[in-house]
Amino acid sequence: MHIRQEESERHVLSVTVDNEAGILARIAGMFSARGYNIESLTVADVSADHAVSRITVVTNGPPRVIDQIIAQLDRLVPVHKVVDLGEVGPYVERELALVKVAGTGEARIEALRLADVFRAKVVDTTLESFVFEITGPTSKVDTFVGLMRDLGLVEVGRTGVVGMLRGAAG
Amino acid sequence: MAEKSGADILVQCLIDLGVDTVFGYPGGAVLPIYDMIYDHPSINHILVRHEQAAAHAAEGYARSTGKPGVVLVTSGPGATNAITGITDALMDSIPMVVITGQVATHLIGTDAFQEADTVGLTRHCTKHNYLVKQPGDLARVVHEAFHIATSGRPGPVVIDIPKDVQVATAPYVKPVLNAHPSYRPQVEPDADAIERTADLIMKSERPILYTGGGIINSGPAASQSLRALAEMMGAPVTSTLMGLGAFPASSPQWLGMLGMHGTYEANWAMNKADLLLCLGARFDDRVTGRLDAFAPDSKKVHLDIDRSSINKIIPVDVPIVADCGRGIEALIAALKARGYKRPDYSEWWARIEGWRARRSLDYVETGSEIMPQRAIEELFKATRGRDVIITTEVGQHQMWAAQHFHFDEPNKWLTSGGLGTMGYGFPAAIGAQLGNPDALVIDIAGDASIQMNIQELGTAIQYRLPVKIFILNNEYMGMVRQWQELTYESRYSHSYSDSLPDFVKLAEAYGATGIRIETPDQLIPGIREMIDSPGPVVVDCRVAKLSNCFPMIPSGAAHTDMLLDPSQVSGTLNDEAKALV
Repeated sequence: MHIRQEESERHVLSVTVDNEAGILARIAGMFSARGYNIESLTVADVSADHAVSRITVVTNGPPRVIDQIIAQLDRLVPVHKVVDLGEVGPYVERELALVKVAGTGEARIEALRLADVFRAKVVDTTLESFVFEITGPTSKVDTFVGLMRDLGLVEVGRTGVVGMLRGAAG
Repeated sequence: MAEKSGADILVQCLIDLGVDTVFGYPGGAVLPIYDMIYDHPSINHILVRHEQAAAHAAEGYARSTGKPGVVLVTSGPGATNAITGITDALMDSIPMVVITGQVATHLIGTDAFQEADTVGLTRHCTKHNYLVKQPGDLARVVHEAFHIATSGRPGPVVIDIPKDVQVATAPYVKPVLNAHPSYRPQVEPDADAIERTADLIMKSERPILYTGGGIINSGPAASQSLRALAEMMGAPVTSTLMGLGAFPASSPQWLGMLGMHGTYEANWAMNKADLLLCLGARFDDRVTGRLDAFAPDSKKVHLDIDRSSINKIIPVDVPIVADCGRGIEALIAALKARGYKRPDYSEWWARIEGWRARRSLDYVETGSEIMPQRAIEELFKATRGRDVIITTEVGQHQMWAAQHFHFDEPNKWLTSGGLGTMGYGFPAAIGAQLGNPDALVIDIAGDASIQMNIQELGTAIQYRLPVKIFILNNEYMGMVRQWQELTYESRYSHSYSDSLPDFVKLAEAYGATGIRIETPDQLIPGIREMIDSPGPVVVDCRVAKLSNCFPMIPSGAAHTDMLLDPSQVSGTLNDEAKALV
């Protein structure tokens, strides 16, 4: 007997929650307890009184699993709202990465040139290294990091995705 | 304003919330609360012998009275021991509030004596949980916890209170309930979904009502509404294990329980129906069998208060998120508004009667041994005309009880369905007896299960609770042995109950009455003696050792692939079926 995997699709969920102790563990734990995937997860409080946090979860799974994830999130007591950004409408998603590249000579010049193409900023430099700051959708960050691998990539730090619906409505 | 200690605020809240019974066990981290209870005789504290039993007793109290069960235990082992009962309550949607002591706030995280991360450990086995860090937060949290535990889909809520928070003081004002703004269970059904359901009912030729524990959780009115709907439609009714009693088993429309050990007629009717009204049930794997063969030709309506139950296992045509009782009432109103007349389902009923004629619950008697099914039947007969509450442990005896003991009213059948917890039945019976002092409460048990909380005999004796324990003793973990017989060529790996105690002497050692029933002629007098004996009674009823529970849908099989008797058993299963349990 072998265990079969189902086809899955990527979804970006925006979850509005009470900013209370343990909320991140509650959300992340629900995913692990029920066997759901987390590709990335970001959280920060977003209200003036620090009472409400916004969590952006990138997950993947078959459509019926995505429905379950939304229902399971929604039923947690401190969760106010769950929005499946891709389902509700057009949306923007961004992540930020810091990318450290070390090298000299042609590789160093090429790294800087590519950074310019990708509109990455140099936030730290020495004579043999750069730290670039790049923002964009995941695919752009992936591509940039991939290119840097051949040019002396030392380390990468990524924030994970935040997302928001386009247009005036909240 | 005069300030009160955290412990005082807690006890005041419990009194304000109408709590009269608390199941608990003291320890270092709850001493301030116990000291406060010492001054408040209006709170009836029941001292259990193990914290798991406190949680199950609270479940039994809750399930039989409709009121939330309340548990009070200490930190560390007190909390971890309660976790099985808390998880059981989550799986079966039982309203329960568990108050756990915690080490003082400055000791949290230091691996202090009897410290456990109770909030972390119980995060996924509660509906919600709290760590209270200020006595000023206690009143709000306690009131909110009771609201969350009892509303929407009920469930357990844990309140973890550090010892210094119990001692420190704060002003006390009776709080105005202002639950989490994000917590708004949907109680009223969507009118459009009700209309679409009514459309499906009008068109249906072969409907079936598939009901579950949600009806019982909704309250006695929902059971009445279910009866009214069934009466109006003239449709057959089946139920899950958890829903038994919501619809009277004495009704001709009753098909018996469905699922793995359900009746032939219930499972075939589910398979051949053209409209399935799922009311407060959740398409559990023990009910559905093989998913691609589950009710393949039916339209499906699912009424559930928990949106996450809908489309979780089985995709449905009409989802209705609402309280079961309110949903059924709305459906009745919609049908009445359309001038609905009970249709002619005689063809459908003729097929059902054909299935019923298979008499799937019949069993062969040897004459020399007591058949376990016979024991349950005689117990049922002997208790007619009395207010009976039955609890069970988990295993063969549980399924035989579900098949052969018949319930006409809700809240009379208490069993561990979702989690399947051995050791549930006896403490649940204690809780039920406390909530229903005049009822005849019987725990139908197995020889293995009863040993998992047998220590509660001490509790039953101390509080003079006349609970009856009726052990179907076959000297095996019978359901495990049955599966090993059917799946693993009768290789009985560790399923024999070796070194059983003498249950009669054990009962007597606690000061209870012990009765042994060994032969068929002793069965009826033995049951009579049990009922007539005052105080707790343990009955050691020796039954046929190798009986199997039939009918049975083997794992991975469809409703129509039921096994009715042992001759149909092959003794092995393929790996796919083995993996499905």
